[in-house]
Amino acid sequence: MDQRVFMKGNEAICVGAIAAGCRFYYGYPITPQNDIPEYMSAHLRAMGGTFLQAESEIATINFILGTSASGKRVMTSSSGPGISLMQEGLSYMAGSELPAVIVNISRSGPGLGGIAPSQGDYFQAVKCGGHGGYRMPVLAPHSVQEMYSLAMLAFDLADKYRNPAMILGDAIVGQMKEPFLQTTYVSTVSPEKPWALTGCEGRPRQHVKSLYLKDNAIEVHNWKLHAKYRRMQEEEVRYEDYHLDDAKIAVVAFGTAARVSKTAIQWARREGIKTGMLRPITLFPFPSSHLDEVARRVDIVLVIEMNTGQMLEDVKASTTCHDKIRFLGKPCAMPTPEEIHRELRKLSGRGE
Amino acid sequence: MEKKVFGRPKSLVDVKSHFCPGCHHGIAHRILAETIDHFGLREKTVGVACVGCAVFLYDYIDVDVAEAPHGRAPAVATGVKRAQPDKFVFTYQGDGDLAAIGTSEVIHAANRGENITVLFVNNTTYGMTGGQMAPTTMLGQKTSTSPYGRDFRKDGYPIKMAELLATLEGTAYSARVATSTPGQIRKAKEAVKKAFEMQMKEMGFSIVEFLSTCPTNWGMKPLDAQKRVLGEMSEYFPLGVYKERKQADFL
Repeated sequence: MDQRVFMKGNEAICVGAIAAGCRFYYGYPITPQNDIPEYMSAHLRAMGGTFLQAESEIATINFILGTSASGKRVMTSSSGPGISLMQEGLSYMAGSELPAVIVNISRSGPGLGGIAPSQGDYFQAVKCGGHGGYRMPVLAPHSVQEMYSLAMLAFDLADKYRNPAMILGDAIVGQMKEPFLQTTYVSTVSPEKPWALTGCEGRPRQHVKSLYLKDNAIEVHNWKLHAKYRRMQEEEVRYEDYHLDDAKIAVVAFGTAARVSKTAIQWARREGIKTGMLRPITLFPFPSSHLDEVARRVDIVLVIEMNTGQMLEDVKASTTCHDKIRFLGKPCAMPTPEEIHRELRKLSGRGE
Repeated sequence: MEKKVFGRPKSLVDVKSHFCPGCHHGIAHRILAETIDHFGLREKTVGVACVGCAVFLYDYIDVDVAEAPHGRAPAVATGVKRAQPDKFVFTYQGDGDLAAIGTSEVIHAANRGENITVLFVNNTTYGMTGGQMAPTTMLGQKTSTSPYGRDFRKDGYPIKMAELLATLEGTAYSARVATSTPGQIRKAKEAVKKAFEMQMKEMGFSIVEFLSTCPTNWGMKPLDAQKRVLGEMSEYFPLGVYKERKQADFL
């Protein structure tokens, strides 16, 4: 039954994950996502599920690998530096075609960086942070509602493609508290996992692996994976159009940057500045063709990110209208509505 | 009437071995398969293979097998066992895998008392990558990355994993065996049985370290490699049971 609840974004992810049938969570503490392991430790064991705090993120992702290979829905969460440590395991899981949900409530880097909210992990998430070349669906929530609903979607996408899926958030969308509608989860994928390693009772033995040494085997495997990523690009592009119909300026932003932009866009519209936003919800697959179509009909495309311009590269790769593209970046903090509003006024010719 | 007294274990796949002449992986595989058969576990076992020569476990043992990144097999096995506590879960790892890159994973799996069984094959070198120095490489032993012989002042000492893991509260069973004589093979099999029993009784983490050969990378004839195991290797790495938890030991 649908009900309205008031909760932190990080906790809403947990509620969504549990609703989607996730009963296994492994993790290692790191700021600013500790609400997630704390929530899972308090709730999963009580409901017969499994919470286990690992000795490292490297161990975490390999607990995940083992549980996923057992055919169970499993999740972890971390932040930038911890996600870096998981890249080895993510590459193995992509190669072994194992589903799981990985949450990155990112902080600012590189290195230890800072704990300020940031979108500096865009490259790592969408361009394949681990070795060998692979992709995963990357979902970018901009509200507590989406922290909940995209968590459920992430499990379905992971199972549909037998692939890890990532939720890329930041400290603001993780820490902010707002009401959201808790809807009933309806799965869109089959629960059957005939490939799972459950002991070979009544069937031949089977393996979950990523090593292919025989002639051409790894090439065949790589083309198979590639076809899967192409299918994601055809079937899973998600985005929100916000006041784009008559817009002359199209903001392109995701996550928290998009949430703040909405306020600035409302202010600008009140002044008659026709501005709107294309908000990618899936960062991979990126809404490239839609972005190109939008870029052709507006005067200016303003990319806003909490980094120095990472999605900007995908925007440029999506359209030939490069002369229209502008960028506003803040690598280690949330841009304020005032800053974005000022930029929109400037770009519309209203000056400072 | 003729009675069959010896045959291929049911859990050992009937394929040609790809291992080098004189390598002991085949013996360890057979002991593993025989023990799986002995306890009737073939259909409820999930194995975890690691990186290196040991990865080909899945070609030889007729059970479900997952493949782990280098050193991470105890973590993968943890994930399998937590998801399926009713299954029998083991890892099969070499010394480069378990005693170097995977020390963190094996120590913490043991310390958690994870109900898994680790078969650890120690041949004092990295086999598949071409005979480089391992953490278990003996002092003075020449390898492709210790061409003047391992020097403790520069390279440290060979690590004794069976002893080290025995110190941890969560370890239920830790033993070191060898497979260079028929008598040792019998003892090795007893140790593997014990390790299996620990898991089946949910008593915690169990490990059996096999002193093994790598004639190819040691540059030795197989029989000389056997002699090395019986000699200098078992002198530094003494055979025996380092820990055996009794039911009453639990805190």
